[in-house]
Amino acid sequence: MIYSYYPGCTLKDRAKQLDLNARTALKAMGIELKELDAWQCCGAVYPQTSDEIASRLSAVRALSDAENGKLITLCSACHHVIKRTNYDWLKDENFRTKATNYLKPEVPYDGSTQVIHVLELIRDEIGFENLKKMVVNPLTGRKIGAFYGCMVLRPGKTLAFDDPENPTIIEQFIEALGATAVTYPYRNECCGAYVALEDKSAAETQVDRALNSAVKAGCEELITACPLCLYNLVHNATANKLPVKYFTELLAEALGVKEGE
Amino acid sequence: MNNRVKTLTETALLISGVNPKKCMKCGKCSGTCPSYDKMEYHPHQFVSMVEKGQIEKLMNSASIYYCLSCMACVERCPRGVEPGKLVEAVRLMKIRQQDANHKNGNDIARIADENVPQQLLMAAMRKYRK
Repeated sequence: MIYSYYPGCTLKDRAKQLDLNARTALKAMGIELKELDAWQCCGAVYPQTSDEIASRLSAVRALSDAENGKLITLCSACHHVIKRTNYDWLKDENFRTKATNYLKPEVPYDGSTQVIHVLELIRDEIGFENLKKMVVNPLTGRKIGAFYGCMVLRPGKTLAFDDPENPTIIEQFIEALGATAVTYPYRNECCGAYVALEDKSAAETQVDRALNSAVKAGCEELITACPLCLYNLVHNATANKLPVKYFTELLAEALGVKEGE
Repeated sequence: MNNRVKTLTETALLISGVNPKKCMKCGKCSGTCPSYDKMEYHPHQFVSMVEKGQIEKLMNSASIYYCLSCMACVERCPRGVEPGKLVEAVRLMKIRQQDANHKNGNDIARIADENVPQQLLMAAMRKYRK
């Protein structure tokens, strides 16, 4: 199967491992990610007021360019922005009209594209049972925690990714790879996000709280889908520290196709 | 309410889509806010201050730069008030004014270390300047 794919800026630079390992691992599972032509930055944060039109146009272009009604996303932020913009497209006529007037597309976007995160693709199109059968290097004995962060989960009504308060998708993913999934209370809380630039101590408080919770529960390593969560968890930890990787690195490792460090 | 206060309040309500009258003052938004300790005005206060027309006070408070847009208050509000949207609206009303950027591109580049992901730079550019 070939799916249209939106990688996003960070995956071309700081988070190359998130992107490269996704492509290789999915290829090993019979899925090809076809990068959209001429995609633009999603803007990294979703503009929450109804009069922010221009800052949502890049997401509309991506939605409109997706082939076969499906757009695969991988970065938590891109997923969040594009999925919420798609929701707005369906619910907010004012936004739809203004965006269409501005873009003047030959064929207006009809709102039918489904935005699918790679984790959802694995759960819903491949299935964790099938993933389990494809594993060649089971990660037996490793105690791994999921750091969900915010962007893939909330608002739950729009993202519809998993239960926003008690998510299990990444734990099921970890178990399918043969490792032990460790759940801990702060796995769906904020990493400190962009406030790390405004006030480093704010991000440190968030990260220390999350890592303390993870270590206490018995996590020996963490995985995430978000480059900003990874940055904060690694660089703004002042007490407990844990190795943090992208979930696609773990996937590629278990499938025996890991790209270089 | 004088005309300026009225206009600011109407703008905040219009662009955020929030109805502060739905708030039952349970404080769950502030209880779950990761930036609570850093804020002068906490999420539940935002809601009641907007209702009272105290927009300028909020616009001039550093609290608007501490909201993480983590959507915890939006998700967990039992009345669907979505306080985070009000914080975003007030912050935008501030930085949309002339010369009112909280940080500009150069400021952001100066603070960023070599490990900062593009996502963080872009987010800061969107949240702190126009």
